[in-house]
Amino acid sequence: MSHDPSGITERLKAKFAGIAERTASQDQPTFYVPCQHALAILTYLKDDEGFSLLLDVTGVDYFPAQPRFEVVYHLFQPLTVIRLRVKVKLGEGEAVPSVVGLWPGANWPERETYDLFGIVFDGHPQLTRIYLPDDWEGHPLRKDYPTTGRRAD
Amino acid sequence: MASETQVVNHKPEAGVSPSDTMVINIGPQHPATHGVLRVRLELDGERVVRAEPVIGYLHTGFEKSAETMTYQQCNTLTDRLDYLAPMTNNLAYVLAVEKLMGIEVPKRAQYIRVMFAELTRIASHLVWLGTHLMDMGAMSPFFYMLREREVILDLIEAASGVRMNPSYFRVGGIAYDLPEGFMNKLGDFLKDFPRWMKMYRNLFEDNPLISERLKGINVLSQEGCLAHSVTGPMLRGSGLALDLRRSAPYSSYEEFEFEVPTRSEGDSFARLWVRVDEMYQSAKILEQCLDKITPQGVYMTSDGKVALPPRDQIYGDMEALIHQFKLVTAGFPVPAGEVYQGVEGPRGEMGFYLVCDGGPRPYRWRARTPSFYNLQTLPVMCEDGLVADVIVAIGSVDIVLGDVDK
Repeated sequence: MSHDPSGITERLKAKFAGIAERTASQDQPTFYVPCQHALAILTYLKDDEGFSLLLDVTGVDYFPAQPRFEVVYHLFQPLTVIRLRVKVKLGEGEAVPSVVGLWPGANWPERETYDLFGIVFDGHPQLTRIYLPDDWEGHPLRKDYPTTGRRAD
Repeated sequence: MASETQVVNHKPEAGVSPSDTMVINIGPQHPATHGVLRVRLELDGERVVRAEPVIGYLHTGFEKSAETMTYQQCNTLTDRLDYLAPMTNNLAYVLAVEKLMGIEVPKRAQYIRVMFAELTRIASHLVWLGTHLMDMGAMSPFFYMLREREVILDLIEAASGVRMNPSYFRVGGIAYDLPEGFMNKLGDFLKDFPRWMKMYRNLFEDNPLISERLKGINVLSQEGCLAHSVTGPMLRGSGLALDLRRSAPYSSYEEFEFEVPTRSEGDSFARLWVRVDEMYQSAKILEQCLDKITPQGVYMTSDGKVALPPRDQIYGDMEALIHQFKLVTAGFPVPAGEVYQGVEGPRGEMGFYLVCDGGPRPYRWRARTPSFYNLQTLPVMCEDGLVADVIVAIGSVDIVLGDVDK
């Protein structure tokens, strides 16, 4: 089974430096992109490759690995039904550029990722908690956040 | 609440001085918000200057809970996301796990899954239609539609044992075989269905109160839908025929004949008709299920690593007993990897993104819920409109707050 029938991998690698493809254990084309080029690459994918629908933005915490976070974007081409997964690795306290300017639909999922992981999206118009109360302490989806009790310490 | 005004630092629009506008809250306890949604409205007379949905009142932390549960147990969480369409949530989730494990599901189980996915689609659309019309002041359709929905819930109960939150689909197949006489009951339902629909349509079709109320309001362009990650009937109401059952078939949908209803206007009226037409298409799929699903047959994969051993073996065979015990208590391991699987739910693309580390519990369990994304368009639809149209817009998005807040 061909993993990437549309040849996006080659075009991306020719255009941008630092792109790492991950083929093992993935069900769809997956790339790691460097944080500083993430916005440029996602702009290219939207404008030139036709990924007009941003399906999802979320995070994964790989604590205690370093860098601990991954921000995961799921992109979709509505006409050809091609899916793409783009990942950005991120350490604690680092920020990833917001894509609200590209897809306004990223507004809430980025707020959700901020709320539940504490990942900061640079340039987001209103980066406040979305689910939890504003005075909540901690970010529940982090792996060092306990599922029982009030606090870890 | 005094603190509320400090948290949301709103700026009045140009030309409107702060004293001219009024800020009111609709919800979180309001019958027209279909649950615990709060919309913070800034009004200039009857004109909406700003509309801001405030969510999180039903946040239950499913994604965190799932990390402590086995893969089979997580299935029960999916029911409670979009509680009006539990079967499509089940379907998205079990397909994701099966995709990662490479499990082949028997054809008959795939058809049964399609059947229940379509039954829930009709049930969900019935609730939506009833409440949507009720929001506009038509009380009686709601009672009729809940009555007919009850027939579908009876069918679900007959198969799974419960009306809501059935968790009927399991990784590898379905939980139990269909009860005796189930297909006859489904046949009866399908015989009655056109008659009911005719009655409903008499209530709102050609009714100027409905069409004049809905036409031309809360318009979303196709580009606006795509930019805001909108999927499902809202996107099809704006002219893009994107239906995963057709464009990326799963669970043998490619063997069924149906059409994808589409409208180009992008207003609330278009979305109403897309959903009503969809119910007929679901009934058409169910008709084909009557022929395809045999009364007897396999309903679970034979892979003993995920399927529970047959009941009669458990009482006589030590191996089977151990397998049963291990599968129920420890769960089955899922190979390390990542997977995303989306299905066409009644509200749009319901997807699951799983990160697995090789153990019996998911490392990360992400639900891509359609209502969460679709509700983001509320400000786009409502701003510069009238306050009465906000209620119609909320109904027109077809939100389920369990789906929004997770």
